[in-house]
Amino acid sequence: MNSPNAFEVRGMNLHYGSFHALKNIHLDIPRNQITALIGPSGCGKSTFLRSLNRMNDLVEGCRIDGDIRMDGEDIYGKIDVNHLRKRVGMVFQKPNPFPMSIYDNVAYGPRTHGVKSKAQLDALVEKSLKDAAIWDEVKDRLKKSALGLSGGQQQRLCIARALAAQPETILMDEPTSALDPISTSHIEELALTLKDQYTIIIVTHNMQQAARISDRTVFFLLGEVIESGETEQIFSSPADKRTEDYITGRFG
Amino acid sequence: MKILCKHKRMISVFLRRYHVGSRLLNFVVHAAAAVTVLVLGFLVAYIVVRGVPNLRPSLFALQYTSDNQSMLPAIINTCTMTVVSLLLAVPFGVGAAIYLTEYARRGSRLTRLVQMTTQTLSGIPSIVYGLFGMLMFNSALQLGYSMLSGALTLAIMILPLIMRTTQEALSAVPDMYREGSFGLGAGKLRTVFSVVLPSAMPGILSGVILAIGRIVGETAALMYTSGTVAKVAGLMDSGTTLALHMYKQASEGLYLNEAYATSVVLLALVLLINLLSAKAAKLMVKGRG
Ligand SMILES: Nc1ncnc2c1ncn2[C@@H]1O[C@H](COP(=O)(O)OP(=O)(O)OP(=O)(O)O)[C@@H](O)[C@H]1O
Ligand SMILES: [Mg+2]
Repeated sequence: MNSPNAFEVRGMNLHYGSFHALKNIHLDIPRNQITALIGPSGCGKSTFLRSLNRMNDLVEGCRIDGDIRMDGEDIYGKIDVNHLRKRVGMVFQKPNPFPMSIYDNVAYGPRTHGVKSKAQLDALVEKSLKDAAIWDEVKDRLKKSALGLSGGQQQRLCIARALAAQPETILMDEPTSALDPISTSHIEELALTLKDQYTIIIVTHNMQQAARISDRTVFFLLGEVIESGETEQIFSSPADKRTEDYITGRFG
Repeated sequence: MKILCKHKRMISVFLRRYHVGSRLLNFVVHAAAAVTVLVLGFLVAYIVVRGVPNLRPSLFALQYTSDNQSMLPAIINTCTMTVVSLLLAVPFGVGAAIYLTEYARRGSRLTRLVQMTTQTLSGIPSIVYGLFGMLMFNSALQLGYSMLSGALTLAIMILPLIMRTTQEALSAVPDMYREGSFGLGAGKLRTVFSVVLPSAMPGILSGVILAIGRIVGETAALMYTSGTVAKVAGLMDSGTTLALHMYKQASEGLYLNEAYATSVVLLALVLLINLLSAKAAKLMVKGRG
């Protein structure tokens, strides 16, 4: 707990069958900061993100070696995977609210982890929806289906749903790629306010977005981390030619 | 200008030809639809015209005698048969489908084997189930002619249907729901029962309704298992269902009018089941969607 890092990744390799998707990754992810993962399509950003809450366990033929530690604890060691996923929440590229009411969506996590009291659930649902900046839009229709919301609202609902499980870290995989500019800026503001309480790791194809909201940036290319550091430094004076090519748009 | 004119002419010739072809096709399609509706309409009208005048109150007496061919016992038996068969088949069918789609490795040997078996089973004529039921339940297990033996036979018969429709309904649930649930720290069991199953419910229900249709309309599989006694039957008694009752009336040739009356009721019953199920499915979708 003394280390300022939420995650420490050492010598990590990931294979999908015979395909070597992530190669010898060394990376520190500091607590209570926003870390942006950038890089061209197919370079392994989602794969890396999904290995932090072990979502890749669901993929057949996926093999991981090396060392990934969260608060010093090996997350591929003897731990409860469900508890890990409670601590490390996830927001997906495509909003995926469950086909149930708005309330039930947000209460899903807490109920899963044993919260039964109605008062406690009510409070948690309200707080999560407020933290996700969507409370005012949905407070009169909590019992209505979540599928009736707009795409941007659905994504904020998914963020609320993730918050309600009371995680420490939130992984976001291109959370705004399916949204219009207004919803996008909503979610960016949200990320900025959330970082006081949570560690946030966000995958994005939008360089401006990475520059606007992240404290640190990691550049992936073909399964390798080419460069990582302070966002300001990466964007103003990248050490590697390939990073510079990518962020200036001279790259696939 | 000349070229343009020529061009125009060609287009209009083409259009005319195309027009004739499309009109022909249009006609064929409409005719096909009309024939289908006509045949169906004729069938229903024929049954109604022949059957309704024979619908006497005495046909709904609690007691069946050879003088009064009451169908009420058969109606009650049909309900019993449906409920018992479903109680036997649905838990196994749905359970097996859940195991195969959610737990077993996709495309594993076992899944393929079960897939093949269910496909084969659903192609077997029902009389074969009837004979199997007779040998297995009536004789080997000594249940004799009984509703239970009939229900067991029907349960085996509809099992593949329920499994297949449930499997299809489960596979149609988008993986992003599963990922969302796992991502919140829910285990397999909670994910399946709180997210996947409810989403698949309308599909599962439609499978169950298809199965009810088969039960209500079945004769061959019941002839040698539940028997044809037209009395209100308990589980261990022999009892006839409505379809079988009608088959007997018609095949004996003495009670053709009563058979028509029975078929009206059977028709109404099937219609009612379809209506109710459509409503149920709609309600369920509305409650969630
Ligand atoms: N389930 C899988 N099985 C096999 N290969 C996979 C699987 N998922 C991803 N890959 C491969 O791993 C590589 C990295 O994929 P990943 O989805 O992590 O890329 P990404 O950086 O997130 O791309 P994008 O920006 O397009 O989302 C790609 O070459 C992809 O084809
Ligand atoms: Mg991706």
